[in-house]
Amino acid sequence: MDKKELIYQLKQQIIKQLNLAGKTPEDIRDDDPLFVEGLGLDSIDALELIVLLQQEYNIKLKSAEEGQTIFRSVATMADYILEQQAGAAN
Amino acid sequence: MEQQDIYISGSVCISRKEVRSGDAIVLEPGHDGNFFSDIYEKLDINYPKFFKMDALCKLGIAAAHVLLDGFDKSMYQPGEIGIVLSNRSGSIEADINYYESSKTFPSPSLFVYTLPNIVIGEISIRYGFKGENAFFISEEFDPEWTVFYVNNLMQHQGIKACICGWVDVEDGALDARFFLVEKGKENGINFTADSLKQGCAAG
Repeated sequence: MDKKELIYQLKQQIIKQLNLAGKTPEDIRDDDPLFVEGLGLDSIDALELIVLLQQEYNIKLKSAEEGQTIFRSVATMADYILEQQAGAAN
Repeated sequence: MEQQDIYISGSVCISRKEVRSGDAIVLEPGHDGNFFSDIYEKLDINYPKFFKMDALCKLGIAAAHVLLDGFDKSMYQPGEIGIVLSNRSGSIEADINYYESSKTFPSPSLFVYTLPNIVIGEISIRYGFKGENAFFISEEFDPEWTVFYVNNLMQHQGIKACICGWVDVEDGALDARFFLVEKGKENGINFTADSLKQGCAAG
């Protein structure tokens, strides 16, 4: 799966996991901030994103600090997933 | 302060069959589709967080939405508005959903609803209420206890307006009976156990 496809899939998963009623993948721009501005997610949503990474991509965050960078946008999430998958493949 | 200075200024009853405000039927939800999506749209709730809530909180938010239509909260300080609710089933639906999720990946957003008093928190957050609140568990709605407790809040805890009543979800059955009680706002309906019993009697 290339980055573009992964980003689209992530948007679908985020909408489903976080019950973002009325949102479609097209409403979320790749670089939109996920928290406060942009999608306006909260701390419980952050926990759900951690669960999503684990559940769908078998990726466990090593520390909470990592989350601030990884969950900045859908694009940064995709970068992190691809990086982890590449690391696991080597 | 005498009990007769406290009045019921509004009431709402919600079941799967209908949404009533006082004696008037506000909405008869369709039998097709999702009940909460239906009433969210038809009652114009316009609060996206609604969809993240468990059924108990959705029911409480919907009941408060109808009850507080026209309520001028600027008449009171946030700390003067209280909430006293009760039910039979606690947060059993959220408890079961969380238990099911915990078999694979425990869901944080399900976990946060595994206490029945969260519905009070959700209503308080939406409307900015900061007064005393309490959630009681009892087999049936207990009007005598509700009147006693709310009177006490109004006499001793600085509460001047209060949402009180019953909100219960179990096995898909929904039962909300909310009353808005205000101090000194005379409208002829005294805040008594009998008035609460009659509040949803027709439903």
